[in-house]
Amino acid sequence: MLKMRRLSKVYRTEVVETYALRELTLEVQEGEFVAVMGPSGSGKTTFLTIAGLLEELSAGEYWLDSVDTRGLSDRKRSRLRNEKIGFVFQSFNLIPDLNVYDNVEVPLRYRGLRASERRRRIDAVLERVGLSSRARHYPSEMSGGQQQRVAIARALVGEPRLLLADEPTGNLDTQMARGVMELLEDIHRRGATIVMVTHDPDLAARAQRQVHVTDGQIVSC
Amino acid sequence: MSYYFNLALRSLRRNIALTALMIGAIGIGIGASMTMLTIFRAASGDPIPGKSAQLFVPQIDNVGPQPNAPAETQDFLPPVLTYLDATGLMQAHAAVRQAAMYPVSISITPSDRSRNPLQVDARATYSDFFPMFTVPFRFGGPWTKTEDDSHAAVVVLTRALNDLLFGGANTVGQNLTIGDRTYRIVGVLDAWHPSPRFYDVGGDTFSGEDQLFLPFTRALDEQMPTVAALFCNGTGAGTGWDGLLHSNCVWIRFWVELPTAHDVASYNTFLHNYAAEQRQSGRFHWPPHVALRNVMQWLSYNHVVPPAVDTLTNVSFALLLVCVLNAVGLMLAKFMASTGMVCVRRALGATRPAIFAQFMVEAGVIGLLGGAVGIGLTKLGLVSCRAVLEKDLSLLTRFSISDVLIALALALAATLLAGLYPAWRATQAQPASQLKTQ
Repeated sequence: MLKMRRLSKVYRTEVVETYALRELTLEVQEGEFVAVMGPSGSGKTTFLTIAGLLEELSAGEYWLDSVDTRGLSDRKRSRLRNEKIGFVFQSFNLIPDLNVYDNVEVPLRYRGLRASERRRRIDAVLERVGLSSRARHYPSEMSGGQQQRVAIARALVGEPRLLLADEPTGNLDTQMARGVMELLEDIHRRGATIVMVTHDPDLAARAQRQVHVTDGQIVSC
Repeated sequence: MSYYFNLALRSLRRNIALTALMIGAIGIGIGASMTMLTIFRAASGDPIPGKSAQLFVPQIDNVGPQPNAPAETQDFLPPVLTYLDATGLMQAHAAVRQAAMYPVSISITPSDRSRNPLQVDARATYSDFFPMFTVPFRFGGPWTKTEDDSHAAVVVLTRALNDLLFGGANTVGQNLTIGDRTYRIVGVLDAWHPSPRFYDVGGDTFSGEDQLFLPFTRALDEQMPTVAALFCNGTGAGTGWDGLLHSNCVWIRFWVELPTAHDVASYNTFLHNYAAEQRQSGRFHWPPHVALRNVMQWLSYNHVVPPAVDTLTNVSFALLLVCVLNAVGLMLAKFMASTGMVCVRRALGATRPAIFAQFMVEAGVIGLLGGAVGIGLTKLGLVSCRAVLEKDLSLLTRFSISDVLIALALALAATLLAGLYPAWRATQAQPASQLKTQ
């Protein structure tokens, strides 16, 4: 599903070169649940943004679902993101002007699906995350846990091959975090591939595999 | 598109104060520019669309070079003709249609003798005047060429005068007493208000209106004096009516219809030859100096648009530019504040063109709302202009449907232009950096 080989990401200024990732090689199989761990500044989030095609890599290779992502145009990268990847962010990143239904609809809007198809998918995914009754609510009217469920629904509604989660429980209390993790595990059980960045060992332990990143390199797999 | 429109409305509701500032900036710019543009368009518009390029004013130099005249007036040609030249051109009949004309003031004696005589502005002209200027008729039609030649006592009334005198009835065939002579009504015009009154630019170019038309030949018989100024260039108007007719005074307007380029070229040659003949006959002592100008050239030559209106229009558009630049700044602030939302949308699959389109639609909505505010301010501006402009020009302060559409189009174009850079900047947001800073 995800294959990175000798992948590097360098941030250059006039005076300094900073390696965020250094010759990182990683393979994630279809249906795997992988936790990426590491201290702050280790390159976890850079790894995630490159995996999510939000950033260009400086060197190396990255294959996503057998598609070589090097040199793709913005349009093709956007299309790949839209069709193959679902994002779950630490701070939910819901759009405050839009209600739950409209937030979940966003990725489908960019896919050009008919209104009836969008409605069918949104109803189904809201049912799955247990928020059908909240479809007309706005993010500001919901708890953190509920907002993260909406974000997960938004990530799933496009039926992506890969779910990328960046500290999905980082902004939640223990009880809400447990609920979100159970939801992710359920999603994984149904066949989704999940890569989750976290610094919480307890959460990482619930994944099938743990990958440790330090100074932009994988130190253990 | 409807999705982006919906997003734009939500976005504008999010920050009412900033939205109001943007709409206000565009509205003020549109209000100022449309106020002056409305007046400018009315003053400089084509008064006879579709035919203005076929109607021409011939001009003939009847005084020759003036050595003491300022350099900028050396090429001056009088806008009107002498009776001799007008008659010469009429008799040559070198155009498809042609009409000499001059304004008169007549006194109509009502059939009800208890009512006071009515003094009205009238025009002595030829029958070609009506088809040449495509003048619409409500009843009857123009008099005939035979009636031109026979100096017939016939008249054509405007609709307004017919309404005033006869309550709007079909009066064709009825008589009308002008002074102590009886004239037969042959036609009643439908509404016809060319603005500016291109065929007689002068003092009342915008507000003046002829109420009645009668044959030129008849007016001469009746020795009806012109109410326009006589320009005699120091030669004097002679003695009596015959003296005026044979003088070198210019006072008769002349129009010809020349439908094709070939007709125009032929008439130019004819006009040149006519002036050459006048030189040969000893009347002119200078080489032929003539001109032929169509309607729009004629309006420009006569500076029908006052220079002040021209200047104010330019100033108002400069103000619009300032307002647009303000709107650019405000939109930049607003769109940049949406960077987080842009990054989320990009992460969810939005392409840069999709983000650009979303913000341009928002700019368009601001433009339409700004246009609506601008229309209100334009109406207010026009009311103010009525109070300060001369009476003749104040008649131009009418705001038509086409002006409303122009205001909206101008506002839309201005805000879309203003939105280009902020929208482009918004598309350059880096989703990764935004997501890392959370």
